[in-house]
Amino acid sequence: MSRIEEKFSTLKEERSKALIAYLTAGDPSLETTKEIILGLDRAGVDILEIGVPFSDPTADGPIIQAASHRALKAGATLSGILDMIETVRDVSEIPIVLFGYYNPILSYGNERFAKRAREVGVDGILVVDLPPEESKELKKYTDRAGIDCISLIAPTSTDERIRKIARDAGGFLYYISITGVTGTAKPQVSDIKRDVERIRAVTTLPVAVGFGISTPEQAREIAPHADGIVIGSAFVRLIEENSGTNNMVNIVAGYAKEVKQAISDTRPGT
Amino acid sequence: MKTMPDRKGHFGAFGGRYAAETLMPALTELEEAYRKAKKDPVFRKELAFYLREYSGRETPLYFAKGLTEKMGGAKIYLKREDLNHTGAHKINNTLGQALLARRMGKTKVMAETGAGQHGVATATAAALFGMECQVFMGEEDIHRQAPNVLRMKILGATVVPVSSGTGTLKDAMNEAMRRWVSQVKDTFYIIGSTAGPHPYPMMVRDFQTVIGRETKRQILKHEGRFPDVLVACVGGGSNAMGIFWPFRNDPGVELVGVEAAGFGIATGKHAASISAGRIGVLHGNKTYLLQNESGQIYDAYSIAAGLDYPGIGPEHSHFHETGRAGYVTIDDDEALEAFMFLSRCEGIIPAMESAHAIAYAMKLAPTLDREKIIVVNLSGRGDKDLGIIEERGEGGRL
Repeated sequence: MSRIEEKFSTLKEERSKALIAYLTAGDPSLETTKEIILGLDRAGVDILEIGVPFSDPTADGPIIQAASHRALKAGATLSGILDMIETVRDVSEIPIVLFGYYNPILSYGNERFAKRAREVGVDGILVVDLPPEESKELKKYTDRAGIDCISLIAPTSTDERIRKIARDAGGFLYYISITGVTGTAKPQVSDIKRDVERIRAVTTLPVAVGFGISTPEQAREIAPHADGIVIGSAFVRLIEENSGTNNMVNIVAGYAKEVKQAISDTRPGT
Repeated sequence: MKTMPDRKGHFGAFGGRYAAETLMPALTELEEAYRKAKKDPVFRKELAFYLREYSGRETPLYFAKGLTEKMGGAKIYLKREDLNHTGAHKINNTLGQALLARRMGKTKVMAETGAGQHGVATATAAALFGMECQVFMGEEDIHRQAPNVLRMKILGATVVPVSSGTGTLKDAMNEAMRRWVSQVKDTFYIIGSTAGPHPYPMMVRDFQTVIGRETKRQILKHEGRFPDVLVACVGGGSNAMGIFWPFRNDPGVELVGVEAAGFGIATGKHAASISAGRIGVLHGNKTYLLQNESGQIYDAYSIAAGLDYPGIGPEHSHFHETGRAGYVTIDDDEALEAFMFLSRCEGIIPAMESAHAIAYAMKLAPTLDREKIIVVNLSGRGDKDLGIIEERGEGGRL
């Protein structure tokens, strides 16, 4: 069983929901990213999405765009990020999903990437511009390496597409709760409920919800309808605002605790 | 040669649909609507009507006698796309896509633009068909191309400044894709080049092939045979694909795409994706891209704003790979020289983009004998480039 499957199965037994935190690797530096990862692990975050910065992040809103830009300026590369994850694995078993765009992976080499990602302890990948129609060329290597390909489902996805996506997916399904880019709009809980039900009708994979969730209150409202909540831009913003201060890691971890608390003590209907 | 793309939008190893899930249903819907429209005589008739009565097609295939004599070699013909309404080939495509948008019941259109030519052509079609229009344009380009910004505003379009990145075409396209995601239900995205996710490279090509189809007829009338060489500038590659494609199965016709070498390939400041790039994925398709060793995309540069895109249409990459077309480069200085030369010897001020194609034809013609025929796609007129002439100090030479 992969770390991701194991995590969701443990959470299910505990009748609890996953908090999935996104951060852009290398913003402000890879050393700091590692400290934040470990801080978030201690704070109770269940799964980490490590953003691989790209020069042209067309699915991201202004906050993550700016973070990607800072990370690239600071010299972050896919190869450096994989090295960093390797050192994380010396001290932490938190499930790690690499989140990003296809070109940096393609440029690194699909086969070489899958091998190296496996070696350093990456559990899953989520490539926003690699829909199932195009993913075979990468998936043949990641499947062999035992890395989950996490797929996105959007509010615009038809039932037929959801079925097709779910069939090829691994780890969990990531439901994009808004028709927009990351961190730019507030999702409607009723829409999420309806769409997650559409997804559950065709798959038993866990469903995580993200793209527009930034506060513990939102997370609390949405959690009962999902298996996990993804928060990205809110963490990235905290990192930016507190970059260079001594207690940045504590502030980010503190926020994670707050959200984890908010989604832990809910039951449907409360 | 097999007709490309395949069912999934691949041109050999290139193209495809590398898009975010939110856009996938819209792209499928667009593809289906386009395939139906393409077969529908009513749609074809409607498009032909606007191309003829509104844009002024067909455009002449003009024998450039003065230029030919000065070069002292092959005969040079110019396909006068500069004589289209709005001054460039871009309108061929925007009329097609706007008509398709209307047919699909979309009331809003959006576009990205670099030099502003595609933005103006989109704003024009939107005004004609009574549609709301948003044009995304980099802040740097807004500054460089002020007259076109004003034209778009006069036509009733909203020009949305894009400040991310270096504020040029690539950034405008990034932002347009982001915004499209959030308004995909009622907005039709009119992409201006043979780029983007499937079906765009195919659809834009199809709308632009009117250039090549006319050229075929016209050259037969003038010369009784096909040309030996077709020359066109390539940024994203829509004007080039438009003239090349109808000749793709005529092996006697050599196809030459001219990429912008900017300050020179060695300086790194250029827009020559095929000549100096590597295969990658950007803006929804797999193609040759200017990128660093970690897969981050470079900003392209050319004196011609319409050429400074770090990628190239996927079908061009395929033509390059199979050898069907050759790709060469022309730098800023050579383009400027050709710009002035054509103006002086033919009384035609070409767009700085098209001047790249002219410059290559001027190099090639003297090496060929007088019986050979070169057709250059003169994709646009140069009024928009007068500011550059001033800036480069060329004004002092006048």
